Amino acid sequence: MSSGEEALHGSAGMPLALRGPAPPKVVAGFGFWLFLLSDIIVFAALFAAYAVLSGSTAGGPSGAELFDKSRVFLETMCLLASSVTCGFGSMAIFRSNARAMYVWMGITFLLGVCFLTIEGREFASMVAAGAGPSHSAFLSAFFALVGTHGLHVSMGLIWLIVMLLQVKTLGFKPMVTRRFYCFSLFWHALDIVWIGVFTIVYLGANSGHAG
Amino acid sequence: MFGKLSWSAVPFDQPIIMGTCGTIVAVLLGLSILIKAKGWWPYLWSEWITSVDHKRIGVMYMSLGLVMLVRGFADAIMMRSQLALAAGHALGYLPPEHYDQIFTAHGTIMIFFVAMPFVVGLMNFAVPLQLGVRDVAFPVLNSVSFWLTAAGVALVNLSLFVGEFARTGWLAYPPLSELAYSPGVGVDYYLWSLQLSGVGTLLSGINLTTTLLKLRAPGMGYLRMPIFCWTALASNLLIVAAFPVLTATFGMLLLDRYCDFHFFTNELGGNPMMYVNLIWIWGHPEVYILILPAFGVFSEVVATFSGKPLFGYRSMVAATMGICILSFLVWLHHFFTMGAGANVNGFFGIMTMVIAVPTGVKVFNWLFTLYGGRVRFTVPIYWTLGFIVTFVIGGMTGVLMAIPPADFVLHNSLFLIAHFHNVAIGGVVFGAMAGYTYWFPKAFGFKLNERLGKATFWCWFIGFYLAFMPLYALGLMGATRRMQHYPDTHWQPLMLVALAGAVVILIGIALTVVQLAVSIRDRRANRDETGDPWNARTLEWSMPSPPPVWNFSVLPRVARTDAYWEMKKDGVPRRGLPVSFAALHLPRNTPVGIFMAFFAVILGFALIWRIEWLAAAGLIGAIAVALRESWKTDREEVVSAQQVAAFERAHGTPEYYLAPAGDFDGSLEIGHDSRRVRVATEGES
Repeated sequence: MSSGEEALHGSAGMPLALRGPAPPKVVAGFGFWLFLLSDIIVFAALFAAYAVLSGSTAGGPSGAELFDKSRVFLETMCLLASSVTCGFGSMAIFRSNARAMYVWMGITFLLGVCFLTIEGREFASMVAAGAGPSHSAFLSAFFALVGTHGLHVSMGLIWLIVMLLQVKTLGFKPMVTRRFYCFSLFWHALDIVWIGVFTIVYLGANSGHAG
Repeated sequence: MFGKLSWSAVPFDQPIIMGTCGTIVAVLLGLSILIKAKGWWPYLWSEWITSVDHKRIGVMYMSLGLVMLVRGFADAIMMRSQLALAAGHALGYLPPEHYDQIFTAHGTIMIFFVAMPFVVGLMNFAVPLQLGVRDVAFPVLNSVSFWLTAAGVALVNLSLFVGEFARTGWLAYPPLSELAYSPGVGVDYYLWSLQLSGVGTLLSGINLTTTLLKLRAPGMGYLRMPIFCWTALASNLLIVAAFPVLTATFGMLLLDRYCDFHFFTNELGGNPMMYVNLIWIWGHPEVYILILPAFGVFSEVVATFSGKPLFGYRSMVAATMGICILSFLVWLHHFFTMGAGANVNGFFGIMTMVIAVPTGVKVFNWLFTLYGGRVRFTVPIYWTLGFIVTFVIGGMTGVLMAIPPADFVLHNSLFLIAHFHNVAIGGVVFGAMAGYTYWFPKAFGFKLNERLGKATFWCWFIGFYLAFMPLYALGLMGATRRMQHYPDTHWQPLMLVALAGAVVILIGIALTVVQLAVSIRDRRANRDETGDPWNARTLEWSMPSPPPVWNFSVLPRVARTDAYWEMKKDGVPRRGLPVSFAALHLPRNTPVGIFMAFFAVILGFALIWRIEWLAAAGLIGAIAVALRESWKTDREEVVSAQQVAAFERAHGTPEYYLAPAGDFDGSLEIGHDSRRVRVATEGES
């Protein structure tokens, strides 16, 4: 090694930005955070569309007439609880405790299914009452926004099954735990989006601002 | 069984389209026969199609862009010749419904499938090399991104043979693009091809942003990154922030068209202007996604060929990031005529003028870099000088239209068309050509023919002015865009000049192909032996040309901006070699990208023609490919220390520690020559 290159060597306490390439877990997590941000922008566009169209009921029913507060509260609790159990599951993965992981992630899965069932029943009852997405711009925006969130939850559930199978077949390889880490970020992000849906769509309708 | 698809979808009665299809099929057939006869397929498959090497993927993006440039330009020359003919009583040779498809395809292809692949390709190729790292953050994802873009290209080209393309203009404004007014499959082709390539672009943006923020050579702090990396960072941040809006907006239009939703319809409370707002919230950042990397190329070129550090590096960084943020605050200037009121229009008009300020800072930085430099008039500097002149004119007409009352007059006129071609050709195309010429020797190990390169430049430069200056005048005379015929024969002479300009550009494009062929023929004479043919400043030039798959055998250590220039100045070896090499782990090549794209094309095609079972098959196929990939554990291959050492030995003569003679010896006044140290080959053992 030449003297010149030695002179270029930095000290151990150098700033993070100067330390060279980050380790794989940091890179994977960072990339996934960026993906989540982009996904949240998809929701931002849908929220904006909902805000613009929430009053355009075209003579049809408004949100205040359609939404069932207590049902939505139950739905919200399912999703929030699933975030907690997902957190316990992540801690189990951190300790490489497969048993605890299966239990907590299993509960997470079931809570996700409950959430989707309640949402599906809400959608079905609205369509049955003649308030489907084709009825007005408001209903289009509602079904698209809430439905896109529901689609994300469904994909999250499929992803969770895949991850459980990966743990089963591949064990806690770094590759698998990295993905599980990304899954938990995804699952928590869906909670954050739901907080927005709950506040803007459901509470907003009840306070009379929308609809 | 086959949804809306039947034999009547193939336009057998249209000689122009069938001729084009015949030519494309003949070319593809000829190519396949050639590949088969020469036995190139295994090489293509293992070295290119399945490659996860960012350099190869970058080259493939550029090639895709070049091929689609020909397609997009064919549309352009048809429009220009139609308008040169269709004055007064003459109606030209293109019926309106075909002409409408042509201008829609032209805009869509040139932005999404020419400019984007050029820019993403340059970033893919150069960014990891400039950062001094081995690859992008997610190499396999990079391959998927590329192939999804290619899937979009496949769908757009398929629309030529089977069915039709949109007749709505390149942004498919509703209500025209709604099912009620566009019942055919044209808009569906448009939407699905852009959804596929849009996802590809988004993933590529995430990938490169992660690379830029998390993977840099030791010592390369943010303010030591080459300026091209800064512009790439700004561009990719914009991709991550803006492309999801495009996806969501197209998603809503798709729901309108497929599931009878009412986001943008005329009835039941739909709001078409919401589409226009949303699409331009993506669309204006998109302009800067394309132009910022071009600015980066010009910055590298101007510093290299002036033999000076870039003037005002930090102000360039600030201007780049300023544009990155401001680009989200100007979208409404695309439709002042919406009638949002004086205050709103005033705000967006002023913001539009404000965003010209950092751009002006950049122009002055380039001029001051040139000033007092020993400028070498190579092809990349030709493109740069041509750009500065052209872009300033385009920028000024843009600021003119930023004044809302002026825009009410010029909206949708040929003046606007002239303006954005002024900045798109003068900025993005010139930048892509400069970058292509500049990095070509790094990618392939030999330089492009200089004389033909200059001829290409002059064709584009002169052709541009001939083609678009008349359009400014015509716009002021009242000619509108998307016009298939005009009654006023006084416009015809200017239309003929514009056609002449398009022909000159056509010669320029032909010369690009000739230049490539001639340069490949003469590759031995133009070989780049040193790895640093331009006496350049950044790390990619410290490697042999072409670099090995793993880029850097040893990650370079960076102490200042213009890292490689400083190493040359200090007489430090270009690549400090250790006593022994370590084995390197590289991601293994994988066909997951092309398989995903294959199923994505099937899915898109099936959705366009409403063939449910085929759509399900495409979706299941794509998911199966992804799952199969995710279960692979053998994802890396090892390059042994011996292989690395052998490569270094082959390229590691004592001379390679040294900067090339010639230009470098001429820059004695900077004072580095006296300090140049001869280092023996102590790196091998």
